[in-house]
Amino acid sequence: MPEDILVDVQSVSFSYDRSPVLKGIRMRVPRGKMVAIMGASGSGKTTLLRIIGGQLRPSAGGVYIAGHAVHELDSADLYRLRRRMSMLYQHGALFTDLTVYENVAFPLREQTKFGEAMIRDLVLMKLEAVGMRGAHRLMPAELSGGMARRVALARAVVLDPLLVMYDEPFAGLDPIALAVIGQLIRKLNDALGATSIVVSHDVVESLSIVDYLYFISEGVIVGEGTPDEIRRSPMPYVRQFVNGEIDGPVPFHYPARPYAVDVRLAPGGGHV
Amino acid sequence: MFDRIRRGLETLGHRFIGGIWRVGSMARFFTLVLASSGTSFHRFRLVMREVYFSGVLSLIIIIVSGLFVGMVLGLQGFETLQKYGATESIGVLVALSLVRELGPVVAALLFASRAGSAITAEIGLMKVTEQLSAMDMMAVSPMARVIAPRFWAGVISMPLLAALFAAMGVFGGYIVAVVLIGVDNGAFWSQMQAAVDFRYDVLNGVVKSFVFGIAITVIATFEGYDAPPTAEGVSRATTRTVVSSALTILALDLVLTSLMLRGES
Repeated sequence: MPEDILVDVQSVSFSYDRSPVLKGIRMRVPRGKMVAIMGASGSGKTTLLRIIGGQLRPSAGGVYIAGHAVHELDSADLYRLRRRMSMLYQHGALFTDLTVYENVAFPLREQTKFGEAMIRDLVLMKLEAVGMRGAHRLMPAELSGGMARRVALARAVVLDPLLVMYDEPFAGLDPIALAVIGQLIRKLNDALGATSIVVSHDVVESLSIVDYLYFISEGVIVGEGTPDEIRRSPMPYVRQFVNGEIDGPVPFHYPARPYAVDVRLAPGGGHV
Repeated sequence: MFDRIRRGLETLGHRFIGGIWRVGSMARFFTLVLASSGTSFHRFRLVMREVYFSGVLSLIIIIVSGLFVGMVLGLQGFETLQKYGATESIGVLVALSLVRELGPVVAALLFASRAGSAITAEIGLMKVTEQLSAMDMMAVSPMARVIAPRFWAGVISMPLLAALFAAMGVFGGYIVAVVLIGVDNGAFWSQMQAAVDFRYDVLNGVVKSFVFGIAITVIATFEGYDAPPTAEGVSRATTRTVVSSALTILALDLVLTSLMLRGES
């Protein structure tokens, strides 16, 4: 029996001002699973996430979520689909003028006609799940980075979405907060029966929580596999990434003319 | 030499085209704001909240400035009118200057620097911290939820603030002319009442401040929404809001005044 695929990325290409960012990406995310997209900064992984969410349109190829062609939807249909998906941003993106409680209640107030009692129960339930119920009266500015991200996580899952996308959920967290977020993401995914796509460059944490990983470099997928396969992978890029080696398929130097030319020790110079 | 002139012309042309492009984007943005205004009327509380932030919080600066401008008008006006023995007309001078020109224009300039800059900075920072993008991903249109309420709040607040500015100015003029200098109280008010026409003076002033309100809030929201998501981008956008609003207000004032005077004659 074929696997039930929720997100199908078919040969997606994308360019910013004519410079290609993604080149023919193919990816499949089975329902109920957690998939990580890994790669160095600037490799195009956040762009891919935005294309999946319909915030950017691919220049070629397409994205299908539960059978809907995301890249072809008009804004009304896109909004209809987005009610069933959510995104956790790198820094949480909490609304700074609303309290923790109101932040989590925001999607409920905007998307549903629930009464105040129902909203209160749902908000406190989700805040309890991320351990932040006691902070429901605080403003986002009063929270630490890790706490803000937990509140954002509660907000992201408050409507029990089909698909949750995480954009660098581990960036800038201390080890304890990082482990907490990692475990919460996994726990919530399984408890809600959701499907998750995690964009990250944190190898250790990602390997410990996801079901499958894709590695992107310079806009193409250079490796994929389950965490076990990745740990054993002989592929040079994956090795470099997993072991954090400075030089390798991902060069240390930004592309440049030969050094000798720039310091005028060889012909072909001119002004730098 | 030739090369330098050519480069200069190219830069000039580039900037000119860039400017026109920007005006075009702003017009498109304005249309989008109007098209997304349903939520603002449907949930008027969102607008009222913004009226508090841009209107109510601007009250102090408007009241104090209005009072000072009126007092200075009273002093300067008295000085000049005295030469013609027409000091009783001081009320007319103060009221007409305020209702026709200074009220709408100065209140708009103050509003642009107090509330316009705050709107730009707030929207710009919401963009930097991905709040607008997050809202969009929650299937909530930032245009309808964030931009349109701020726009309508500005449009509602501006005429009210201008009227308050003019009223405070008249009061300031009264304090200087009648209370301090001793111009006849009855003459002050009755001449003012006789000379200030509701339709030509007061209504035209309201129309002006209404137009200025639209201009300032469109500029402020557009600059914030369009700001590059960096610290420098937001700071530049905030500056641009104040500068372009001031220039736009003064240019629009010239156009509106000439239209209104033609209508009067």
